[in-house]
Amino acid sequence: MEIDASIILAQAVSGLCRAMILFLLASGLTLVFGVMRVVNFAHGSFYMIGAYLAYSLTQYFGSSPERFWIALLVAPCLVSLLGGIVEYGLMRRIYERDHLLQILLTYALIFVLGDLAKMIWGVDLRIVEAPAVLSGLLSVGGHSFPAYYFFIIGMGTAVAAAMWIMLSYTKFGKLMRASSEHREMVAMLGYNVRTIFTVVFMMATWLGGLAGVVIAPTVRLSLGMDMEIIIECFLVVIIGGLGSVWGALLAALITGEFYSMGILVLEKYAMAFLFVLAGAVILLLPSGLLGRRVR
Amino acid sequence: MWVGVLVAAFLAMLPIGLQIWTSEYYIYLACKVIIWSLFAMSFNLALGYGGMMSFGHAAFYGLGAYTCSLLLVKAAWPMPVVFILAPIVAAFGGLVIGYFSVRIMGMFYFAVLTLSFSQLIYIMVFKWRSFTMGDDGIQGIPVPAFISTLDSYLNFYYFALVVALICIFLLWKVTRSPFGLVLRSGRENPDRTAFIGVDLRRYRLAALTISAFFSGIAGALIVLLETSVSPDVLKWSVSGEVILMGLLGGMRVFLGPIVGAVIMVLLNSFLTSYTEYWAFFIGGILIFSVLFFPQGIAGIVYESWQKLFMRSPS
Repeated sequence: MEIDASIILAQAVSGLCRAMILFLLASGLTLVFGVMRVVNFAHGSFYMIGAYLAYSLTQYFGSSPERFWIALLVAPCLVSLLGGIVEYGLMRRIYERDHLLQILLTYALIFVLGDLAKMIWGVDLRIVEAPAVLSGLLSVGGHSFPAYYFFIIGMGTAVAAAMWIMLSYTKFGKLMRASSEHREMVAMLGYNVRTIFTVVFMMATWLGGLAGVVIAPTVRLSLGMDMEIIIECFLVVIIGGLGSVWGALLAALITGEFYSMGILVLEKYAMAFLFVLAGAVILLLPSGLLGRRVR
Repeated sequence: MWVGVLVAAFLAMLPIGLQIWTSEYYIYLACKVIIWSLFAMSFNLALGYGGMMSFGHAAFYGLGAYTCSLLLVKAAWPMPVVFILAPIVAAFGGLVIGYFSVRIMGMFYFAVLTLSFSQLIYIMVFKWRSFTMGDDGIQGIPVPAFISTLDSYLNFYYFALVVALICIFLLWKVTRSPFGLVLRSGRENPDRTAFIGVDLRRYRLAALTISAFFSGIAGALIVLLETSVSPDVLKWSVSGEVILMGLLGGMRVFLGPIVGAVIMVLLNSFLTSYTEYWAFFIGGILIFSVLFFPQGIAGIVYESWQKLFMRSPS
């Protein structure tokens, strides 16, 4: 393949899209870890269910021209509801127990949710159509890009901004940061930490579901998409620092661009570049780019 | 002592009994139980003794399996050489993955990194078609006549049994050695172990490498049994199955994982003929045992035995 400036530009934009999706997911992963000290291994499964729900909803409202927007509104909320059920029904029982059991529980959910998706939607590949407004090409400065890309970038930016406002200015955001610093103190001040946990977990799964809906029109939905994305998310949070939202944003941008440029060099093994990057971060900066010091 | 003789006699007679009263298929299942027992026990050296939650043991199992099949098919090397090289490659995989994964203390990083690295190996094997045949896998792997499974699984059964018993004996020696004691103290209290001057990272890395070595033997055995291999041996769900065997059987009891392996292999052969939702059962049983009996079946038996026969529980 001949590589010139326009191809590099195209890859840079698609890398930015990838980064935004990764940020939506990794921010949820890292929020849950920051506040609850649990890595949610099933985060990718919530993302997959979000994408499949988008498929079902766009089929159900097939006659309506607004079907994608309905899915965008409803699917993440349904995923979040599922997240709430999981947190309330399962995770709550083992917060006081060994970390090992907590990891195993979220890991077991990958199996259960993956097979639930298989039962409901089957093994066929599914396609979600982008809304008509966003399905064309948009030309910027002489280069044309899929209009949907700008939607993805816009969504990512909006979520990042909303998260910044929430974490810095709202009471709940401050409570979240406080309970990631000192859980017992927050409880002593009279706040119900368990409720905070449930809400944070639902927020994270909402973000995961949103990422699933947003990516749905750009890919063919398949049952392996949960594992595919969760590995990349893990690399993002390792690079950015587990527990840091802004680390996740920075690392998502780096990872997304690194991957897109890697495709130009070695198409099939681009994923390996991300591991090289993550390995270098582990050796040089064990706590990640913006993470808190860990041993 | 008598128990040992009885168990040995039982294991030696089992396939003959199976052959008389049931079908060859059950000897095949017994072979699978042996291989998975070995895999689950070597996994448990990391989890139960080292306190390391590895989500990537499929990588070591698969490295053993692929080394074995590629050397037999492409290089046509003699079986004994291949059988020694397969676990060495797997151990090397354990050394590299472990080098990155034990650097940051804490269970989460270890779990995340082992899972990620094993997926990397899976993707590589899947995509490197010219070398590994990708998702077609490799069929018709030449197996030497003395363990050939063409006519009967009997010879293979005894071969796998002897190999597994030697490996399990070596694993037992490892857990009883001073090395094993340090490893366990690191599991119980990493801070204290560090205070007395132990570099826990090196111990954990060594334990993971040993664990990967024996997992590689299990991987080589499964290739000789099936005479084929596909990237499925490297799939993340294989790691999940071996975790479940360790947990269900009892990770704090040396022979516990064998109980888990017996149950899971039999359940697998029974359920997969009725349903395609095997993963649902893995996840369901995993959640159930995490919530209600994290000490595992062997753990429960051990505890109640202690209650019954020991005056003062230690």
